[in-house]
Formats: sequence, C-alpha cells, structure tokens
Amino acid sequence: MSKAFFEIIRPGIHSTLQDLGRNNQYHIGIPFSGSMDKRNYLISNKLLGNKPNEAVLEFAYQGPQMKFHSGKASGVITGNVTFNIIRNNSKIDKGICYETFILNDGDILDIISTNKSVYGYFSIKNGFTGEYFWESCSINTKAKIGSNNGEKYEAKQKIYINKKESLSNLKKINYLNSKIEYIRVLKGTNFNFFSKKAKEIFFSSEFEVSKLTDRMGMRLEGPKIENFVETNIKSEGLIKGVIQVPADGNPIIMLSDHGTIGGYPKIAVVISADYDRLTQLTPGSKIKFKLIELKEAENLYKLYEIETKNILNQII
Amino acid sequence: MLKNILNLGDAALYCDFGNEVNRKTNLHVITYFKTLQKLNLKGITNITPSYNKLIISYDLSIIKFQELKEEIKNLKLIQIKNNEEKIVKIPVCLDDEFSLDLNRLSEKLKIEKDKIIQTFLKKEYFCYMTGFIAGMPFLGDTDSKIRLQRLDTPRVKVPKGSVGITEQFCNIYTFESPGGWNIIGNTPIKVFDKFNQKNPAKINPGDRVAFYKINKDEYLKFNE
Repeated sequence: MSKAFFEIIRPGIHSTLQDLGRNNQYHIGIPFSGSMDKRNYLISNKLLGNKPNEAVLEFAYQGPQMKFHSGKASGVITGNVTFNIIRNNSKIDKGICYETFILNDGDILDIISTNKSVYGYFSIKNGFTGEYFWESCSINTKAKIGSNNGEKYEAKQKIYINKKESLSNLKKINYLNSKIEYIRVLKGTNFNFFSKKAKEIFFSSEFEVSKLTDRMGMRLEGPKIENFVETNIKSEGLIKGVIQVPADGNPIIMLSDHGTIGGYPKIAVVISADYDRLTQLTPGSKIKFKLIELKEAENLYKLYEIETKNILNQII
Repeated sequence: MLKNILNLGDAALYCDFGNEVNRKTNLHVITYFKTLQKLNLKGITNITPSYNKLIISYDLSIIKFQELKEEIKNLKLIQIKNNEEKIVKIPVCLDDEFSLDLNRLSEKLKIEKDKIIQTFLKKEYFCYMTGFIAGMPFLGDTDSKIRLQRLDTPRVKVPKGSVGITEQFCNIYTFESPGGWNIIGNTPIKVFDKFNQKNPAKINPGDRVAFYKINKDEYLKFNE
C-alpha cells in the first residue's frame, strides 16, 4: 500500500516540521527548537485528536501550496491565516482557521499567508511522518538536524503522512489571537552594565522589529542602548527570550533556534508567558518593554497555562 | 566555587562561579554539570556549562526558581578525578590550503609558521564547553606565545573541520559556518555526528584533547 503524501508545488518562505522541541542537548550546542507559538501548535493537534507532541507543519508569512496524493485525511490550520482548498474538481473552498476540513486525493491546499502575524500551523490527523533526533522531529535549519535532513521544504519535495486514511469528526473552536501590547521582562544578569539613562531609554522607548528576524533571533531597531561597563562577556549559556545587547547598541532577542552560547551582555529576559505572542511579531511591528518581578512572571505563566488548558478543554 | 545563584528569566538558573577563566574554575562548573546529569532532577530541561558559568533551564510548570535554587545549593557533588577523563586524539592537516590564517599569525606574532605549528601541537588541551553550533568544542589553553585576537572581519564561511585559535582558546568548526577565528588547519574527523545520538559529540565538556599532524594524503584517505 503506497503512503499518502503532500507534493509541494510552492514551498512558502520557511516551512518546517515542528513538535514540542528537544530537551537536554544545550551542552553539545543543540537548542530547543520546536514550534514557535506553542499554544497554536497545541490547539492544532487537539482539534484533530492527535497526541500533543505530533509533528505539525509550521510556516512563516507565506505558506506552502501542496497537492494531496493517495489518501483521505482530516486537517486543520491554526493561527491567523488565509488559505484555500482547491478541490480536484476545481471548486475552491475558502479555508477557515480553527475548523477541521477533509482533504481528498488530488485536492490542493494553498496556504496564502499569515495575517499580521508570522507563524501558522497545519496539522493532519495522525501526524506527518517525521525523522526523530533526540526524541524530536523539529527541523533546525542551522544545525541541519531533524526531519528533511534539517532543511526547510523546497518545491517538488514530498511530505508523507502517517496514515493513508485518517479522518476525525468535524471540530472547531472560536479563538482570537490577542495582540501583545508590551513585552514583559525580568532583569538580565548584566542589567548593571547599562547606565541609568540607557535603562530608562530601554523601558520608555518603542523598538521596531527588524527584517533580520527568524527562528534564531529577533533583532530590534530603535534608540541605541549604551553599555558603560563592557560590551563583551566571556561566552556563556543562553536560553530563549534572553535579550542581548552587542556593541552596536541594538538589542537581539534569542528565539527557539538560538545559538546555545553567546558573549554579549544580557540586559533582560522575556517572561515565559509572553513568548508565544512575541514570536508572532512581524518585522516593522513596534514594541515596548515592561520590567516586572520574578514572582509576577511565575504567576503570569501559571495563568497562561490555565488559559491554554481551558482552550484545549473546550475541544472535546 | 559556586559564588552566586541568580535567575535568568523565569525558567532558568544562572550559577556564577566567578569571573576568572581557568581550568580550576571550569572544573567546578563541570563537576556541577556532571552531578546534575547523573541526578536527573525533576523539571530540569537543559544544563549548559561554559567557562565560568552554568545555566540550568527548567520547566516552569514543574518547578520554580526558589525551590530549584535550594536543591542546587544543597547538591551533593560527585568527585571528578582529573586523570580519569579520556584523551581525545584529533588528526589535523596543517598544509597551506587548510591553514588559512597561518601567514597572518606568523606576521602578527613574528614567529615562523613551523614554530607556531610546533607550539600548537605540543600542548594538551581541555574542553571548557561545547556549543554555539552543534558539537563545537572550546578548548584551552593555547601557549601564550601564539595568542592573537580574532579576525577584524569574520569569514562568511569557515570550512567544516577547520581548527581555529583565538586568544587562549582553540576550537573546531563542526559545520561550515560564519566565524572569526584564526584557522590553522583542518581535521577529517567527524567531531559531531547527529546519527550517533547517544554520543554525537566526539569532544565533551571536561575532556582532554591532543592534536596530531597528518599530511594531505593521510587526510584524504582518512576513514573512520
């Protein structure tokens, strides 16, 4: 029995398989990776009744156009995404996010774009067939690790799915992706490398997300953040959400595929509760930072988790 | 010694072992790293040792800063004996086509190329940390006579296998990658192998490393 698969007609800008990421490899230089917007990733799997860590296709800005072959499967797209399903009789169904649909042999899924956001997720009942490295199939294009030899998908490639016939009941939820007004942060370990004035500027100014932003990091442009102690430190470990300020004074936020060690001073760290929405900020977006305390950050994460659970529990 | 434990964001511990970079300090870091690897404490998702710091990431839905900090403060450390660590032997070809920056080093340091190579090969190194890119080892310390800053303008592409030196350290580029270290040779050995998932990195934090010279023929014929 041949396997069902998607044949990529147009790959989109950055289409990769992602799951919950890989633990415990920082010490050999392999970052966490995994879906950037974890909540939307989890919702996509839940809507299809998949395991929470099933492989999902993540796309950025423009998504892929793909033809489905030799199967019948339920799928769903989450995020803020415009897409169409071009049926094999040429009829076009306008896609609706957070609502499962069925794909038949010869149907074309055309993911046109994410709107006012970066990442969207396409999940299929029973999942895509991933290759696993350290218990994760997440593609890390920098380390060339994960499915598809660690590369993003290109035209003419095939993405296989785990089961030829995989249908689930029609399910939908109403979910509105909220816009983040300010990014809440905790003090970084080199907070005092920066002058009083530089800190004031950091917390009172607007920064613009630069075009040089990808799964590794988000570069910001705005007033320069002046360092009056030292612009380099001895290289040390990083985690996602760390905001480093190199000598040029422009902050860089570490994202899921970040280098595991770095030598720039850390002015602040984005709180875990704000990470998903941070990753959805498009180049050109304006952001502001707000300093909070650790206890508050821990409580906010608890709230964020409860909120996520409540959304997932709506889906029965 | 562990001097201070701070929070790095809300989901990581920042263990500070002071500002000095030397083997003694790093050995403390590695001791904590190895102890934690062995203990496999609940909630810890990653442990990143570096020269003089250790970062412990955790799952915020399982454990919080204060609780983990107490555990780390009261950790019963395992003993690492220096001579128990294995020596990893790395072949390196130092022919002109691989030693991209040997001329620059020779000019700047005013030392003959052969002498630089000799000095480099003579020492046994110690792996302070691995990372930046997958499997890249940061080794030290190089002889004080052959220390130099990194390139003014980093290369866009440093060839895979390149052996570089800068300041008191040397490293190996496990992939083609941008980089600014002074390249003195190239190893045919796979320093990082993602298909060997149990032991992907040939050199791990705390290992001792020795380089030995091979010629171009040996380089080309090198089979692992």
